[in-house]
Amino acid sequence: MYKIRKAKELAANIYLMDVEAPRVAKHCLPGQFVIVKVDETSERIPLTICDYDSENGIVTIVFQPVGASTLKMKNLKAGDAFEDFVGPLGQPSDLTKEDPKELKKKNIVFVGGGVGTAPVYPQIKWLHEHGITADCIIGARTKDLIILEEEMKAVSHLYLTTDDGSYVRKGMGTDVLRDLVVNQGKKYDLCIAIGPMIMMKFVCLLTKELGIPTVVSMNPIMVDGTGMCGACRLMVGDEVKFACVDGPEFDGHQVDFDLAMKRQQMYKTEEGRAKLFFEEGQTHHGGCGQC
Amino acid sequence: MADVFKKVPVKEQDPKVRATNFEEVCLGYKKEEAMEEAARCIGCKLDKAQCVTGCPVSINIPGFIREVKEGNFEKAYQIISESSALPAVCGRVCPQETQCEGKCIRGLKGEAISIGKLERFVADWAKENGVKPAPAKEKNGHKVAVIGSGPAGLTCAGDLARLGYDVTIFEALHKAGGVLVYGIPEFRLPKDKVVAAEVENVKSLGVKIETNVVIGKSTTVDALLKEEGFEAVFIGSGAGLPMFMGIPGEQANGVFSANEYLTRNNLMKAYRDDYDTPISRGKKVVVVGGGNVAMDAARTALRLGAEVHIVYRRSEAELLARKEEVHHAKEEGVIFDLLTNPVEILADENSWVKGIRCIRMELGEPDASGRRRPVEVPGSEFEIEADTVIMSLGTSPNPLISSTTYGLDINRRKCIVADEEFGQTSKEGVFAGGDAVTGAATVILAMGAGKAGARGIDRFIQGSKS
Repeated sequence: MYKIRKAKELAANIYLMDVEAPRVAKHCLPGQFVIVKVDETSERIPLTICDYDSENGIVTIVFQPVGASTLKMKNLKAGDAFEDFVGPLGQPSDLTKEDPKELKKKNIVFVGGGVGTAPVYPQIKWLHEHGITADCIIGARTKDLIILEEEMKAVSHLYLTTDDGSYVRKGMGTDVLRDLVVNQGKKYDLCIAIGPMIMMKFVCLLTKELGIPTVVSMNPIMVDGTGMCGACRLMVGDEVKFACVDGPEFDGHQVDFDLAMKRQQMYKTEEGRAKLFFEEGQTHHGGCGQC
Repeated sequence: MADVFKKVPVKEQDPKVRATNFEEVCLGYKKEEAMEEAARCIGCKLDKAQCVTGCPVSINIPGFIREVKEGNFEKAYQIISESSALPAVCGRVCPQETQCEGKCIRGLKGEAISIGKLERFVADWAKENGVKPAPAKEKNGHKVAVIGSGPAGLTCAGDLARLGYDVTIFEALHKAGGVLVYGIPEFRLPKDKVVAAEVENVKSLGVKIETNVVIGKSTTVDALLKEEGFEAVFIGSGAGLPMFMGIPGEQANGVFSANEYLTRNNLMKAYRDDYDTPISRGKKVVVVGGGNVAMDAARTALRLGAEVHIVYRRSEAELLARKEEVHHAKEEGVIFDLLTNPVEILADENSWVKGIRCIRMELGEPDASGRRRPVEVPGSEFEIEADTVIMSLGTSPNPLISSTTYGLDINRRKCIVADEEFGQTSKEGVFAGGDAVTGAATVILAMGAGKAGARGIDRFIQGSKS
C-alpha cells in the first residue's frame, strides 16, 4: 500500500496528493509519469509526476476527476492509501540529459494549460535548480482553475492568462506566446507545451509558424504503461510510437494530434457509463439509447 | 469394463451455454474418473517412460499416475511438486498433445493417457484438501532476485526456495502471475481458484513478491546486485511487446493488440460490471492470427457478445494453437476465415473501424519454418464488415531491462542471450529464461527455463562460496 501524506483540493475539481513511494521518488526525473490504482476494481490511471522528494520518498501527483476511478481517488484523504503506485514510467525529459552549460545558453519557454500545469512544474523547478530561469505561460479557463501560482512564480518568469479574462489577462496561452515573440521581441530556442491535446496542437501550429522547436508531453489512453498493450500508440512523423515507453515527450511538430484526439475518444461512452454507475448506482444500463 | 484404448471423457460446459459466460470450460475429472483413467496407464519404468522425455520439466509421470490409480492423491501431488511449481496451471494450458501425451506408448494404439487432465485433478484435489508443496529445507541465507512473476519466474523462485534460498520476486504489474493473469482468460485458467492459489503455494515456500516494481525504471539489475544485496538475478520478464502488421488503417479506433484486449479483460476484469476498466464490446470482431492468443481473444470477444471471425493466412493444419483450443473455439461458434490475409483496415468518418479488406491466399513451397508458405491469389481481394479488429501476431521481448543492464547481451530479435542448461547470460550473476530469451513460446517451456535458471544460480552461488 502507498500511503497518502497530504491531500488537498488545489482549485475547483483539481486535487493534489503527496504519496509515499520510495522506489519511484528515488529514481524519477522530470517528464516521467506514474500509474496509480485506488483499489481492486479501479482502473490503472497514468499521471505525470508533479513533484518529488527523493530523500523522504514522496511523490506528488495532481489530477482532475473524469471517470469512475478518479472520482474514487478524490475522496481519499491524508492517511488513506493507494493499493498500487508504479513508476517512474516513460523517458525523462530531454532537458535532463543535456549538458547544463549548453542548456544555459538556450532561451526556453513553457506553455501549460489547465491541469497540465502540474507536469510543467518539475521541469521549471529542475531548470531553476540548475541555474536556469525559463519563461512560463500558464493558461486556464477561469481564475478559479489557476493552480500552483506561487510555486511556479518562485522558479520561473510566470505569465498567466485566463480564457474569460477573470485574472491577469484575457486570452489563450498561444496569444501570450505570440505577443511575447512578435510584439516583445523575445527569441526562444525551445518551447515545451503540456496540457490538453487541443492546446498542444494549437501551440505547435503557432511555434511551427514562429520557427521554435517544440516538445509536447502526450497523455493518451494507457493500460499497463510498460509497452505491453499498445493502447497508447501515436503517429509521430511516419512512425508508430508508444507514449508509455518511447515518450511521453515527443517532437510536437511531428505528432499527429488529430489522430491522437480521435483515439482519446475511444472509451468515451464506456467511461461515461462507469462514471454514472459510480454516481447514481444501477440506474443506467446502457443500450437504451437515452444516455 | 471401460475401453482401455479410449480416454475417460472429461465433462465440459455445454458450448452454447459457455459461449455466454466466463466460467471454466473444462470441468475436470472426478475422483473415480481420474482413478479409472490412471488405470489405463501401462506404467512404463521411469528410465524408459517416453512421456517424461516429452515433459520440459521432467515430471515423474508414471510415478504420480501410479499413485492416482491407488487413490493416493497426496502422494501423487508431492511427486509432481518435486518437478513443477504450477501443476494446476500446466494441467490446463500445456500443449500435451505434442509433449507428454504425444509420446505416450498407449497412444501408439488407441488414445494416449490424459496426463494433463490427471495432473490437473491432482493439483485441484490438493488445493481442496489443503495440501501444500513440501516446505523449504533449512534456509541458506543467500539472497536471490527474480524479475517477473510469470511461469519462468515462479518456477525459478520455487525451486530456489526449496533449496533454501531467500528469494524476492519483482513484478511490474499490480498482480503476480504474469501471462497467467493478464494473458490467459478466466474460462481457460481461473484466476482466483487456480492462479492465485498456485502463487500462494510458491509464497508458502518462503518466496517474497514485490509488485509494482518495473526493473529498468523503478530500479535496475545492477542496483539489485550492488545496492540491495542480491547475489544473483534471474530475468524472466517475458515477451511483452505486441506486433502490428503495418497495414493502412491500423491506428483507427477499434483496432487493438491481443495484449491490450486480453489485459483489459483478464487483468483488469473489464468483463465484470463491478470493475471500472472499459472494453470495446464489438458486434462483429475480426481476430487476426492463428495461435493460442488469437483463440483466447476470439473466445473472449464471443463471450462479450460479438460475432467473431478468425482471419489466418495459412490453412487449418498450420494453426499454432493447441488442438483443444481450436476445437473449443469452433464448438462455441467462432468462424474461421482461413487462407485469408488482411491488407487494409477500413475506417468511417469518425476514424472507427468499419471493415477489413483481405486477400485470399494459397499454400506454396515450404518456408524456413517448414510450413508451406502462403502466397497471395491475385485479384481475390474482398471485404469483411467489422467494428473491432484484434491483432494477434505475436510479441517480442521488452527492451526495458536489456537496455538498462550493463554488459547484458541480446540477439538480433532483442532476446536476451542465455544458455539452455543453466540460463547463464553474458553477465556474471545474471541468469535468464522464458520468453525474454526465446521470444513468445509456451508456459511449460518458460517453466523449464525457470528450472534451468535455478540450477545455474545454485551452481553459481555454491561455486563462488567454496
